[in-house]
Amino acid sequence: MNFEFTEEQLMIQQAARDYAQRELVLDVIERDNNSIYPTKHVKALAELGFMGMMVSPEYDGAGMDTVSYVLAMEELSKVDGSTSVIMSVNNSLVCYGIETFGTEEQKQKYLRPLARGEKIGAFLLSEPEAGSDATSQKTTAEDKGDHYLVNGTKNWITNGNTASVYLVIAQTYPEKGHKGINVLIVDRHSAGISVGPHEDKMGMRSSDTHSVMFTDVIVPKENRIGEDGFGFKFAMKTLEGGRIGIASQALGFASGALERSIKYAQERKAFGKELAKHQSVAFKIAQMAIEVENARNLCLKAAWLKDQGKPYGYASAMAKYYAAEIAMKVTTEAVQIHGGYGYVKEYHVERLMREAKLTQIYEGTSEIQLIVISRELLHVH
Amino acid sequence: MNIFVCISNVPDTTTRIKFKPGNKEVDFTGVQWIINPWDELALTRAIELKESNPADVTKITVITVGKADAEPTMRKALASGADEAIRIDAAPEDAYTTAVQIAEALKNESFHLVLCGVESSDYNSWSVGGMLAELLDVPSVSAVSSLNIENSKPVVTREVDGGKQTLSTSTPAVLIVQKGIAIIPRIPSMRGIMTARTKPLKVVQGVSTEPLTKIVDFQAPPQKSSCKMIDPEHLDELPELLHKEARVI
Repeated sequence: MNFEFTEEQLMIQQAARDYAQRELVLDVIERDNNSIYPTKHVKALAELGFMGMMVSPEYDGAGMDTVSYVLAMEELSKVDGSTSVIMSVNNSLVCYGIETFGTEEQKQKYLRPLARGEKIGAFLLSEPEAGSDATSQKTTAEDKGDHYLVNGTKNWITNGNTASVYLVIAQTYPEKGHKGINVLIVDRHSAGISVGPHEDKMGMRSSDTHSVMFTDVIVPKENRIGEDGFGFKFAMKTLEGGRIGIASQALGFASGALERSIKYAQERKAFGKELAKHQSVAFKIAQMAIEVENARNLCLKAAWLKDQGKPYGYASAMAKYYAAEIAMKVTTEAVQIHGGYGYVKEYHVERLMREAKLTQIYEGTSEIQLIVISRELLHVH
Repeated sequence: MNIFVCISNVPDTTTRIKFKPGNKEVDFTGVQWIINPWDELALTRAIELKESNPADVTKITVITVGKADAEPTMRKALASGADEAIRIDAAPEDAYTTAVQIAEALKNESFHLVLCGVESSDYNSWSVGGMLAELLDVPSVSAVSSLNIENSKPVVTREVDGGKQTLSTSTPAVLIVQKGIAIIPRIPSMRGIMTARTKPLKVVQGVSTEPLTKIVDFQAPPQKSSCKMIDPEHLDELPELLHKEARVI
């Protein structure tokens, strides 16, 4: 066993921390209030290499490992989940999906600009009636010989309007069920695509979430990833890694809330002494720290397994479930420790609490993670 | 032009400083180490100049006095954009020994500008830069808040009482820089982090030198006194309290 990070991993953690604490924090409240997309931050993070940090340098990525990715996601998420989810979707769903399963031509054409962060990607799986039940895809990709004709609606798409590259999951052979699903790389500006209004969300308000409608959209055959009917398997394999990104994001919300609570408890006085000297607050903080540490270890273990080329789906489900659950709990406790100040926006913890809620829902709800974990244990498939 | 940037390896500025029993030594257990913020700004400016004037600034070298535990900080400087690093293998004891070590090492190097942060955020001696210039027998400019290269010559702005002064200097020279030299410290990119391990980090032996000062003891700053709230109904009490209790007016 070795719990030491490498010098490079520590430098990446520090770089992410410096960017978050010096830059992201400056306008995070304003962006959240007014649902403003973090354009300049995405550009800056792309220049630093974060938007394609795990992509091989051969395709213009930074070639970093998943452990570094967890460290960077945690640091950015301590301050701003809206920016970190843009990075997570681009890295662990879109870039990972194309790099792992795409053809050389697809990698040259699409992966390179995505890894450089010049283009941003989106992952279009959820539908109005297919969230957790991803097999019930109503969007169709009809085989027309040399191309597919795509029709349908996708919902709650992160980067829905700003993305240039869509990975669209759609049904080609309804009679084959989930084995008839394909995944296509679709240019967002193709004829027949319309993007719905910006969703007015509870949290992550500065990320760009939309419905996307497809009406007779022509997609060339060479844009299909993998064999005919590989789409569902593609989605599940990609989401296994995506869970590490969202678990690390949840971890960041929790550890950010914990750090703010520690600082506040040392400064704020009540009944003649600092909050830190009241056992009711001190014990809350100890409990929060244990939970944050557990979540961090689960995230890092899943990342380590992935880096070693070992199966990590079970570990990433555990990390995502646990980190999301404790993120909700720890951020709620942080608001409680801050009292009235916690309920106003200036102190950040109420925003972290709003953002934490989404980690229990997207990229596989907590209940879906329990299904993944229990099926693995009970051998029920 | 070869620019050397002196780097002090200091505890993170949010560290809660503790002392070992006897109060003669700082307890560095669990401390995170960073590039001294003033040195980081100096390095940032050197990198900016190299990026904008690659013909004028050919090489940036970072140099420190420290044991092996200072190397992660030096590699961070390399990841940020320095080309080479030199670690003088000696424990920094006071400003004088630090200046002597750097001066001796620089005698073997070709340098045009040496940038030193005006102070280090740990021991705050404010004197390495000036001593270094004397030991090297080169001009020094203090309180430098901007640096440009014009017609291959350094042009600096320094803060003077009530205004600013611009001057050019011959090289080699030591510039003692303060905040303003760069605005936002350079954050290393992934590419920089990956290439840092292939850049040279040279370790040179320190010379034998004796400190001129000795630490007698450290004292922590006094605890902040508690805040006194005044009822808005009785604001007229404020001037008297500021005068008699706080003694600030």
